[in-house]
Amino acid sequence: MTRSPVAGAARQVLPPVVLLAALLGAWHGAVVLGDVPPFVLPGPAAIGDQVVTYREAISSAALVTGRNAALGLLVGSVLGVLLAVVAAAVHLLDVLAEPVVAALAVVPIVALAPVLYAMYGAGSEQARVVVAALAVFVPVYVTTLRGLRQVRPVHRDLMAALAASRVQVARTVTIPTAVPFVFTGLRMASSLAVISAIVAEYFGGPRSGIGSFITTAAAGSNYAQAWAYVLGGIAVGLTFYAVTATAEHLATRRAGP
Amino acid sequence: MSTVQEHPTPAAHPRGATAVEIVGAGRVFGGRSAPVVALEDVDLTVAAGEFVSLIGPSGCGKSTLLRLVADLDQPTSGTVRVFGGSARDARLARDYGIAFQQAGLLPWRTVRANVELPLALAGTGRASRRERADELLAMVGLTEFAEHHPDQLSGGMQQRVAIARALADSPSLLLMDEPFGALDEMTREHLQAQLLRICAETRAAVVFVTHSIPEAVFLSDRVVVMSPRPGRIRQVVDVTLDRSGAATPGSGPHDDAGDDLRTDAAFVAAVAAVRTALHGGGTGPRGVDLR
Ligand SMILES: Nc1ncnc2c1ncn2[C@@H]1O[C@H](COP(=O)(O)OP(=O)(O)OP(=O)(O)O)[C@@H](O)[C@H]1O
Ligand SMILES: [Mg+2]
Repeated sequence: MTRSPVAGAARQVLPPVVLLAALLGAWHGAVVLGDVPPFVLPGPAAIGDQVVTYREAISSAALVTGRNAALGLLVGSVLGVLLAVVAAAVHLLDVLAEPVVAALAVVPIVALAPVLYAMYGAGSEQARVVVAALAVFVPVYVTTLRGLRQVRPVHRDLMAALAASRVQVARTVTIPTAVPFVFTGLRMASSLAVISAIVAEYFGGPRSGIGSFITTAAAGSNYAQAWAYVLGGIAVGLTFYAVTATAEHLATRRAGP
Repeated sequence: MSTVQEHPTPAAHPRGATAVEIVGAGRVFGGRSAPVVALEDVDLTVAAGEFVSLIGPSGCGKSTLLRLVADLDQPTSGTVRVFGGSARDARLARDYGIAFQQAGLLPWRTVRANVELPLALAGTGRASRRERADELLAMVGLTEFAEHHPDQLSGGMQQRVAIARALADSPSLLLMDEPFGALDEMTREHLQAQLLRICAETRAAVVFVTHSIPEAVFLSDRVVVMSPRPGRIRQVVDVTLDRSGAATPGSGPHDDAGDDLRTDAAFVAAVAAVRTALHGGGTGPRGVDLR
C-alpha cells in the first residue's frame, strides 16, 4: 500500500466535504419540499444568494468585528500574561486577585456592554474591544498562572544545584514549562474574543460589525440575509481559531513538563 | 574546565583535605503530629578525591542525605560542610555536579543542549561547551543521539545523558543517586570504569548511592551501610582494592581489568562484609543503641 501525499490529503478532506454537501442537499430538499417559511429556516440557496449579493458589506462587517476581537485578544492576553507573571512572583497579589478573577469568570461579561456603551459613547467601538479583552483576560490569566506553577520539582532542584540566577531559571525552565499552558489559554480565548465582540454588538453601539447587521437584518425580516451575516461571523471565528491553533502547535512541539 | 587532561599528582589536593563533613545530621519531615525521621545522627566525612558509596534499604534516607550535601534540603539538626564552607556556599560556587535519581532532563532541549546546560549557565563559550558535550556524549555512547530530544530516548539512555550533564563542569565533588539503576550489565560496567577513570583524572570526590553491593565495592574506597528508618549509618566498610588497572585511561576494553578485580579475594571479602552489615549483622561503633 503506497500512499501519495495527495491521496492522503484527499482522504482527510473528502469525508467532511461529502458530509457537508449531503447536509446542504438535505437542508435544501427539506426547505423546498416541506415548504418551510423563511423566518423558520431559509434554504441554503437563498442564503448563498444573499452572501453573493452582500459580499462586500459582509466582509467589511467581518473586518470590523475581527478587528475588535483581535484588539481585545491582544490587550486581554497581554494583561492576562503580565498579571499572571506578577501573581506567580508575588504571593500576596495572587491571594488578592483570586476572588476578583473568580468573579470575572462567572460574570457574563457581554452583559457589561450596555454600561460600557454609556461610558464610551454609543458611536465608539471601544466598548466592544473592552468586552472582548475582559472575556480573554480570564482564561489567559488562569492558564498562564497554572503553567508558571508546573515546573517539576526535579527541574527546580537542578536549577538550584546549578546555582542559576532568577533570570536563568525563568529562561531555562519556567517559561518553557508555561508556554504550552499559555497557548491553550489563548486558543480558548480566541473563540471567546470573537463571540464576545459579536454579542456585544447586539446591545447597541455603531452599526458596523457582524452582530449589528445580524440584528438589523433579522428585525427587518430579511432572514436569509441575517444567515448570510452569521456565515460571516463563523468565518471570523474559524480564522481566529485556526491562527491560534497553528501558533499553539508551533510553540508546543517540544515544550511541556 | 580543561582539567581532564591533567595528570594526578600525589601532592596535597587543591581543594583541601575534606570534601564533605557531616556532623550529627538529622532530618525530620512533616509536622508535629506525624513526623517522619528520615535521618538521625549521621556523621560522615568524605576526603577530597575519595569515592564513598551509600547503600541501604529503600526509604532509608540515602537521597535525603545526598540532598543535604547538595544544599537542596537543610538538616533539622547537625551540620553539613562542603570543602570547608557551608553547603550553600559550595552550591553557589558550583562546586558539585549532581545526577538525580530521576534523570530530570529538560524535554524541550536536545540531548546536547541538556549536557551543555551546566556550562551554559556558568557562562562558558559556545565552542568549548560543544567540544565538552561531544566528548561526554561519546563517553556515554550517545554521540548519534546528540540532536535528539529526551522523549526519543529510553530510560537508560536518559540516565546516561544525566550522568554526562553531571560531569560537564568537571566538578570537584560528584553526587550521584543510583545513576546506573536503569542500565544493562554491559553498559553499567563500561560506565563504572569510565567513572573511575574520570575520578582518577579530575581527583573528584564522589558520593554515590546504589542498591548494588558489587557495584558499591567495585567503585568505592568506603561503603557506608545505612539502616532502615530512622536512617542511620550502621557500618562503614573500608575497601582496599588495587584499581590502577580498572581506571587506566584509554587501556582498551576496561572490562578485563574490571573482571580481574571482581574475582579478587579482597573484592569478595568486601562484598561479604557489606552484605553482612546490610542484613543487620555487624553493629559497628555507630550501630543501633540497644538498651
Ligand atoms: N519531601 C519529603 N517530605 C516528606 N517525607 C519525605 C520527603 N522526602 C523523603 N521523605 C521520607 O524520608 C524517607 C527517606 O527518603 P529517601 O528518598 O531519602 O529514601 P532513599 O533511601 O533514597 O530510598 P530509595 O532507595 O527508595 O530511593 C522516606 O521515608 C520518605 O518517606
Ligand atoms: Mg532515593
